[in-house]
Amino acid sequence: MAKTTPLYDEHVALGAKLVDFAGWQMPINYGSQIVEHRAVREDAGMFDVSHMRPVDIYGADARAFLRYVLANDVAKIDEVGRALYTCMLNTHGGVLDDLIVYHLGEHWYRIVVNAATAEKDRAWLHSLAHEFDVTVEEFQDSAIIAVQGPAAADKIADALGEHAERAAALKAFRGFADGDWSIGRTGYTGEDGYEIVMPADQAVATWQALKNAGVAPIGLGARDTLRLEAGLNLYGQDMDEDTTPLESGLGWTVAFSPEDRQFIGREALELARELADGKKLVGLVLDERGVMRHGAAVRIAGDQATAAADAAGTITSGSFGPTVQCSIAMARVPKDWEGDVEVALRRDWKPARIVSYPFVRKGRSRIAPKTD
Amino acid sequence: MSEIPKDLSYTKTHEWIANDGDGTVTVGITEYAQGSLGDLVFVELPEAGTKVSAGDAVAVVESVKAASDIYAPVDGEIAEVNEDLDESPERVNEDPFGQGWLFKMAVSNADDLDSLLDAAAYGEIVDAEEQ
Repeated sequence: MAKTTPLYDEHVALGAKLVDFAGWQMPINYGSQIVEHRAVREDAGMFDVSHMRPVDIYGADARAFLRYVLANDVAKIDEVGRALYTCMLNTHGGVLDDLIVYHLGEHWYRIVVNAATAEKDRAWLHSLAHEFDVTVEEFQDSAIIAVQGPAAADKIADALGEHAERAAALKAFRGFADGDWSIGRTGYTGEDGYEIVMPADQAVATWQALKNAGVAPIGLGARDTLRLEAGLNLYGQDMDEDTTPLESGLGWTVAFSPEDRQFIGREALELARELADGKKLVGLVLDERGVMRHGAAVRIAGDQATAAADAAGTITSGSFGPTVQCSIAMARVPKDWEGDVEVALRRDWKPARIVSYPFVRKGRSRIAPKTD
Repeated sequence: MSEIPKDLSYTKTHEWIANDGDGTVTVGITEYAQGSLGDLVFVELPEAGTKVSAGDAVAVVESVKAASDIYAPVDGEIAEVNEDLDESPERVNEDPFGQGWLFKMAVSNADDLDSLLDAAAYGEIVDAEEQ
């Protein structure tokens, strides 16, 4: 039986096309994915992300515990109300999950983990927690609504009641808790916005209030193209247990200093950092028609001899970007590759070029026109 | 439930075929097919004059989600393609049985059209896929 979120009936009533996502019945779109994508870039949209799981870490050792378990350093968010994006690694330096950690109170942090990894994450955290004076506790009956887009801040004012004023005052990557609620100025679209954790029984009223305030419901389809344009990794596609943050474009999230902080995966990453023949994650743009897809082979331009099965590069995430109006992708390729590549599409190899990402910032394409 | 007009013929690969009555047919994809694919972003059409056999992959419709081949429903020759789709692939989503038509073809053997599915038979295929 697939699990459903507290907002399932709302999705059905809105005519959503529902799909199974990590064991949850989730809306992929409510009609048109491209229309929904644009609503978030130009106005405001909301996502039911209640399949993601908030996990609270309490106790005198909460900070020490997270400094050991997370690759980024929660010492950067000692001030209550700050948030941090980080990977959680295994001892080989592979990525168990990526998550945002919110510092919500003295000796209290909340992490929000991915649906597909939630069970594994919980087991992992519990297995490590006994050495510390901490309690690891999932917020069981929770719902999460993400409100994203340039008009998000204006539109939540009417919908969030008593929480609206504090939410409006938040700076980027800040958050606060109020009773069972927590609100962070964070997101997964590249736009301004909020991620709102609340008790399940308040989800429907909040969703309807947001809808009445003119916030458009957005499915997971648009969520994927929005995050790809914003250059944000998707766990399980762009990185997993067998890849390190260093080869996933996430080296910037690993806090190697201070040098005396021991965190899980550190030793493996320090070795990996020295390797000359490693890989890296790059952005790709296709200037021709066609769409690059997950799993497609990538070879350096002009390397006609290499077949798709032997190519050293692979597309990890690819799609059509509705804001950039062409196909964009993230690809894992050898460290020394730059410039022009070729991607194996349906019938033949097509030229693409390596570019820096994000592809979109503040609603606008950053892709420079092709020059020859 | 998706719309399945009674006056059209169908294939099990979700193309619809309209008999234009002058030896040519118009071909598109069904409402159900466009809904499954999601928003189209590219449509790749054959050249007019191309000779095709039933079952040949002659066109590609590509959505945000996936690419899908379009097959020639019968033997014949491509007579005309819907060039508007080059700029406006979304027409296939908005009006799959009308402005979103893909191509017209001259049919080699009019009898071949009898082997296509009628609306009721196609409806059963859609029902089965929706289970």
